[in-house]
Amino acid sequence: MNSFPIIRVITKLLIPYILLFGLYVQFHGDFGPGGGFQAGVIFAAALILYGLVYGLPAVHKVAPPKVIEKLTALGLLVYAGTGLACMLLGGNFLDYDMLNHGFLTELPAALDFLPGDKPHHFLPEGQHLGIFLVELGVGITVTAVMTMIFYAFAGRERVTT
Amino acid sequence: MMDFIVIPILALLAATAVTVARIRNLWAAVMFTGIYSFLSASWMLILDAPDVAFTEAAVGAGITTILMLATLSLTPRRQRKSGRLSSEDFEERPSKSPLLPLLIVTITGCALVYGTFDMPHFGDPNAPIQVYPNPSFVEKSQPDMHGLPNVVTAVLASYRGYDTLGETAVIFTAGIAVLLILRKNTDDQSSSESQSVTGENA
Repeated sequence: MNSFPIIRVITKLLIPYILLFGLYVQFHGDFGPGGGFQAGVIFAAALILYGLVYGLPAVHKVAPPKVIEKLTALGLLVYAGTGLACMLLGGNFLDYDMLNHGFLTELPAALDFLPGDKPHHFLPEGQHLGIFLVELGVGITVTAVMTMIFYAFAGRERVTT
Repeated sequence: MMDFIVIPILALLAATAVTVARIRNLWAAVMFTGIYSFLSASWMLILDAPDVAFTEAAVGAGITTILMLATLSLTPRRQRKSGRLSSEDFEERPSKSPLLPLLIVTITGCALVYGTFDMPHFGDPNAPIQVYPNPSFVEKSQPDMHGLPNVVTAVLASYRGYDTLGETAVIFTAGIAVLLILRKNTDDQSSSESQSVTGENA
């Protein structure tokens, strides 16, 4: 699709918004619809769109296959590591209440001048932090696996008969 | 009012499904599965399940369609030849009667239908699915989760954290399996780079 200028330009215009929407779905998943899986898939869709239009070498430069392969495992490790961290802190596996840290959980008084609604919790802790980390792990794994499957399919040569 | 949206979407879903089953052109069939997924996503949005709609739209209509198209671009496009091959295969073994497979399918089907008799009636208010993740989760999750408003996320990531960990592991395993199957042949063909990558990982 290298020779279609309209597709190339529109893709470049669209990809930042797709990525932004992916980040929104990822990090706003505790408040609105969404979460790690959906965000990961949307993120991977942006990478795949880039690969489709600009070719596999271009997307390999953005997301090298070696890095993507390692990210598949990293996401799962983040998830399981959150669970293990809860155990090390004295709770059960994935018992996020152990992640209460009490550090900067309220909005600091120095920031009171900011306009608009004040966030209820400044830094997430406990259950909120646990869900945040776990969803991050899911998002990383799903992005990496979807991108890797696309690489695996797109990297194959046509079967000669 | 809602019926004006619901009935056309369901009708289109049924029409698309029949078309996918009947159409001979594989490229068109792939595009129709994408349309089917997109219609399902719209339908799920109407059912107030935006999470599922996201997933269906992105995975079903987006990535799966692209992967199917990628697969189609790899295989020889001459459908007629492959179709004739399969029909030749079919002609070569008429000695096996279709009675045994038919019998097995019928028995399995009867067993499955018999199994559904134990299930609660559709829409039964006393069914476990209506009773068990009981409404108190909605109230309970607010103090438990420090006021996180999305109960779905709270249930998925916290109350059912083990399940989601297992699901993530399944996705990871699936990715590894696809890599193992598809990588091997690229190594055979060429590309010393991918060889070195797999060599490192092995």
